[in-house]
Amino acid sequence: MTSSAPHPTRIAARFKALAAEGRPGLVTFITAGDPDGETSLAILKALPGAGADIIEVGVPFTDPMADGPAIQAAGLRALKAGQTLAKTLAMVSAFREGDDATPIVLMGYYNPIYVYGVDRFLADARAAGVDGLIIVDLPPEEDDELCLPALKAGIDFIRLATPTTDEKRLPTVLRHTAGFVYYVSITGITGAATPDAGRVSQAVARIKQHTDLPVAVGFGVRTPEQAAAIAAGADAVVVGSALVDAVRASLDAEGRATDKTASSVKALVSDLAAAVRGVRRQPAA
Amino acid sequence: MTVLNSYRTGPDERGHFGIHGGRFVAETLMPNILALEEAYRAARADPAFQTEMDSYLAHYVGRPSPLYFAERLTEHLGGAKIYLKREELNHTGSHKVNNVLGQILLARRMGKQRIIAETGAGQHGVATATLCARFGLDCVVYMGAVDVERQKPNVFRMNMLGATVVPVTSGSRTLKDAMNEALRDWVTNVDDTFYCIGTVAGPHPYPAMVRDFQSIIGRETRVQLMEQEGRGPDSLVAAVGGGSNAIGLFHEFLDDPNVEIYGVEAAGHGIASGQHAASITGGRPGVLHGNRTYLLMDGDGQITEAHSISAGLDYPGIGPEHSFLHDVKRVTYIPCTDAEALEGFQILAKLEGIIPALESAHAIGKLMEIAPTKPKDHIMVVNLSGRGDKDIFTVAEHLGGQV
Repeated sequence: MTSSAPHPTRIAARFKALAAEGRPGLVTFITAGDPDGETSLAILKALPGAGADIIEVGVPFTDPMADGPAIQAAGLRALKAGQTLAKTLAMVSAFREGDDATPIVLMGYYNPIYVYGVDRFLADARAAGVDGLIIVDLPPEEDDELCLPALKAGIDFIRLATPTTDEKRLPTVLRHTAGFVYYVSITGITGAATPDAGRVSQAVARIKQHTDLPVAVGFGVRTPEQAAAIAAGADAVVVGSALVDAVRASLDAEGRATDKTASSVKALVSDLAAAVRGVRRQPAA
Repeated sequence: MTVLNSYRTGPDERGHFGIHGGRFVAETLMPNILALEEAYRAARADPAFQTEMDSYLAHYVGRPSPLYFAERLTEHLGGAKIYLKREELNHTGSHKVNNVLGQILLARRMGKQRIIAETGAGQHGVATATLCARFGLDCVVYMGAVDVERQKPNVFRMNMLGATVVPVTSGSRTLKDAMNEALRDWVTNVDDTFYCIGTVAGPHPYPAMVRDFQSIIGRETRVQLMEQEGRGPDSLVAAVGGGSNAIGLFHEFLDDPNVEIYGVEAAGHGIASGQHAASITGGRPGVLHGNRTYLLMDGDGQITEAHSISAGLDYPGIGPEHSFLHDVKRVTYIPCTDAEALEGFQILAKLEGIIPALESAHAIGKLMEIAPTKPKDHIMVVNLSGRGDKDIFTVAEHLGGQV
């Protein structure tokens, strides 16, 4: 069944606290280094205060094959501004100086980590205060690459389950998943179609028959209303492309950050958090 | 290093050729990839599938393709006796059709009505559009916007055949980005869509499956050479982008210890310039598009843009089996610059009356260097993977002429 780390992790502690409050959580995604390192760190630091319960930090990659245009463009903006995996880890370290409770999950693709060196990466990520990893192009068939070493290093490896993950495959997907399960609400790329809340809550219920882990739902959730509707049927809801779009909309003609960049993302997260926090859930059975 | 009994047994059941290959894809695609593997295994074991393939290969594709003694080129270079495997004479003008036929027949067995493909030079796109027309399937071809511009004749052909060509404007707007976009389409339309990959790359089982469909090139070569020379070849030469025409010729001969094998990578403006597409000569192992293989990338693992005069070779990776064959030193991979390829293009036209594709011209370009160093009884087979009609605009531009 599902693995658990030897010590309570920030992710486990946060979901426990959410359950005690009787509400679902808000997971926010931003791309590290978008539009530049300094602004990105300012956004990151502002997220918990605006109501983000868990933060996903996107690791930029030139060829993000599961991402839609918004996150593709954010990654390219960050790379153009000189973002690297080492700088992303440094950004998490800087965040940790002022926040030791909000879980940070790195989300991205395997190649930058493979090139950095898996062992070195896990040691540096752990030291920086990274709690979990979502690596889109590492299915269970490639668990030896990073998933098993990460679990051994005390970092949660969070797996994506999708509408194409059937009953037969679900145990394979859940076997080495830790922290939470990320249910991809649509077959498609990030920021594309709008998920159907009813169908999503059925899928979450199905996953929960196989695991005690919390289930977060993402892909295609953009507005506070959608976030609340999806959150009602899950332990947490993930919003990404909408935040990344807010960054883009705040930039000047040359693509540089303005004084509106951090504040507009913060305002959107506040609206999302207010909607999600309005959802009441039954105490965990 | 372990001594292998055979170079032809790969991949293992998880799709690995040495450290290369694998299945590095999003979870949404995994059930499809596993279903494809199962369907391919069943088709391989079904004699009816092979019979159907053979029939179309003979009567629609026009196989076997000739093995032709290039007498004037041989005389000119003054060394090895040169044979050309004439894959450019296949229906649609390149070797690509061998693989597409196999995948389309498989898609039909799997009940898929919508076919997607990526293309660089447009050769794979044309082959896919052709077979979709033949079998009444919907066809969407992703092609980098840069390639749409430089391979206009093939874009026109695909449109005539009823395919939708989608110009890809993300990233470097070439083959790599076309593949990203095709994968995004597949993730979105996973239920009804079959992704027809054009080369020996991507997640397992594609590298092995595409190789199997292309291996007919080498099998025919062995038989034809036996008929014409009474023996096998001494060396093989083929251009390598993703590497499907090359592996198609090489695979049959990997365990013939006396056969020298040369894979020719596109060196663009030269390896030292940084503007090239030679993944083995100038790259390192990494993970992209579903497999681990040699890739062009920076120190942070970001994929760098390839450059080649040939749109079909303009890709920052290479098939994983080639990476393995390089690691175990069975195949020698050598770079050929744009300028050398242009020379090969012209010499083959002038001496043999054959206008090669710019991809294949890379093999000819290096042949001009290797052949003169060999004795006259040395038999060398070069894979002429495609014809060059599509490239006349590009070549004219580089030679300062006009079409």
